[in-house]
Amino acid sequence: MRARGAEASLTAAASPAADRSALEVRSLERSFGHVRALRGVSFALGAGDSLAVFGPNGAGKTTLLRVLAGLLRPQRGEVLLDGAPLARADAAHRRRVGLIAHYSLLYDGLSAAENLAFYARLYGVADRAGAVRRALEGVGLADRADDLAGTFSRGMVQRLAIARALLHAPSIVLLDEPFSGLDQRAAATLREVLMRLRAERRTMVLVTHNIDEGLELATHVAIQVAGRFAECAPVDGDLAAYRRRYAEATAARG
Amino acid sequence: MADLLRAAWAIAAKDVLLEFRSRTAFVSALVFTALVLAIFNFARDPTAVSAIDLAPGILWITFTFAAMLGLNRAFALERENRALDGLLLSPVSRTAIYLGKVLANLVFVGSVEAIALPLFALFFNVPVLPVLGPLVLVIALATIGFVAVGTLMSSMAVNTRLAELMLPVLLLPFLVPPVTSAVQITARLFAGRPFSEVGAWLRLLVGYDIVFVAACILFFESTIEE
Repeated sequence: MRARGAEASLTAAASPAADRSALEVRSLERSFGHVRALRGVSFALGAGDSLAVFGPNGAGKTTLLRVLAGLLRPQRGEVLLDGAPLARADAAHRRRVGLIAHYSLLYDGLSAAENLAFYARLYGVADRAGAVRRALEGVGLADRADDLAGTFSRGMVQRLAIARALLHAPSIVLLDEPFSGLDQRAAATLREVLMRLRAERRTMVLVTHNIDEGLELATHVAIQVAGRFAECAPVDGDLAAYRRRYAEATAARG
Repeated sequence: MADLLRAAWAIAAKDVLLEFRSRTAFVSALVFTALVLAIFNFARDPTAVSAIDLAPGILWITFTFAAMLGLNRAFALERENRALDGLLLSPVSRTAIYLGKVLANLVFVGSVEAIALPLFALFFNVPVLPVLGPLVLVIALATIGFVAVGTLMSSMAVNTRLAELMLPVLLLPFLVPPVTSAVQITARLFAGRPFSEVGAWLRLLVGYDIVFVAACILFFESTIEE
C-alpha cells in the first residue's frame, strides 16, 4: 500500500508488525520565521516498525525528530505515543524515547562510564553499574570505560552516544543521520545495534540522506522535501524505484 | 520531591566534577579576585579614604564579578555537544535542572568567596574575625540571591551571541537590591555597630531570596524550552 501527497500516512494496517500505533503523528506544522520546516506531516507506526525518512539538507528532517523527541513544540498537529498525546512535561513519555542525535549529547570532561552513569541516574535505571557495563560492552567500548569522552574519535563518540540513547531501554528510538562520519567498524556496530532493536520490536524513526543504509533498516520509507512528506509507504523491495523517486522529488523542489 | 532532589544532586555533582577536572573558571575567578583586591589596595590613597570605608564596597564588587565567571560557565558547558538536549530529553523536571545548576553555582561561588575573604582581610586589614559569624550569614544570603538570579540569566544568555557580555548586562540590574543590602550590612559590621541595626537590610535580603528563588523556578522552563 502506498500513499502519496502532503497528508500521506502509514497506517498500522500497512505492516504485519503493527498491531496498534506506537507512534502517531498528525498534521505536524512547524516554522522558523518564514521557513516552514514541517508542513502537514502525518504518519503512524506500530511497535516494531521502523521508518526511514530521506530528504535533502534543509528538508525539515531534524525538526521532525526534535518534535518527536519532545524537544520542540509543534505549532500545529500532535504526536501520540500509544494513543496518548505527547506531553512535554510528562516524565513517563520522555522515559520511552531515545534519541541518537547529530550531536553526541555527551560531556567531553567525563569518562565514558561517568557519562552513562550520569544519564542512568537521570533516567532512574536500576542496577546502574551493571547497566553501564552492559551498555559499554554492547557498543564495544568496555575497554575504554575510564577514558574521557573528549579523547574519543568520532566513531567512538557515536558508539558512546548510541549506548547513552539506549541505556534506559526506550521503546521508541529516533536517529538523526546516525551513520554520518562513522568509520567501517563504528558503522558495522551501529548496524548490528539497529538490527537488534528491530528484532526487539522497538519502533524507530531514522532520518538520513543515505538511501541504501536507510532502506536496509526500514520497514517503511518516507521522502521529505521542503517540510512535506512527498511520499510515504512500506518498503516493497524495489530499491531502484526509491532512488529514482527520491531524485525526482528533490529535483522537483530545486 | 525525592526524585527532584536526587536529579538536582546528580546534575550538581556532574557540574562540580567537570569544574574540578578543568578548573578553568575557578582558577580564573581566583586570579581575578586577587587582582581586583590588589589593584584596589594599591590604587587607593590611604590618607584620603580609610580602608574600613572602602572595604565593604570592594568586597562585594569583587564577589559579584568573580561569581559572574562561574555563572557564565553554568550553561556554557551544556552547550558543548548540545548536552542540554540530553538533560531536556531525560525524565527529570526542569526545576531539578535549575536547582542542580544553582547548587553547583553555590559550591563554585562559595569556594571562591571562602578563599577571597582571607585575601580581603589581608589586603585591607579589616577586623573580619570578630564579625565572622554574621558576615558569613550575610554572604550566604546575598550569594543565594544572586546565584538564583544569575543561573536563570545564564540560561537565557547562553544561546545569544556574546553570551559572556550579555550575562552582566542582564544580571547586574537585578543585583542592586542584594548587593546594596550586603554592602550596608557589611559596613555596619566592620564599624562595630550592633547586629540589631541591620535588621531592615537583612529582611530585604531574605525577602529578595524568597521572591527571586521562587520566580526563577517558575520562569526557568520558559527560558530553556524551544
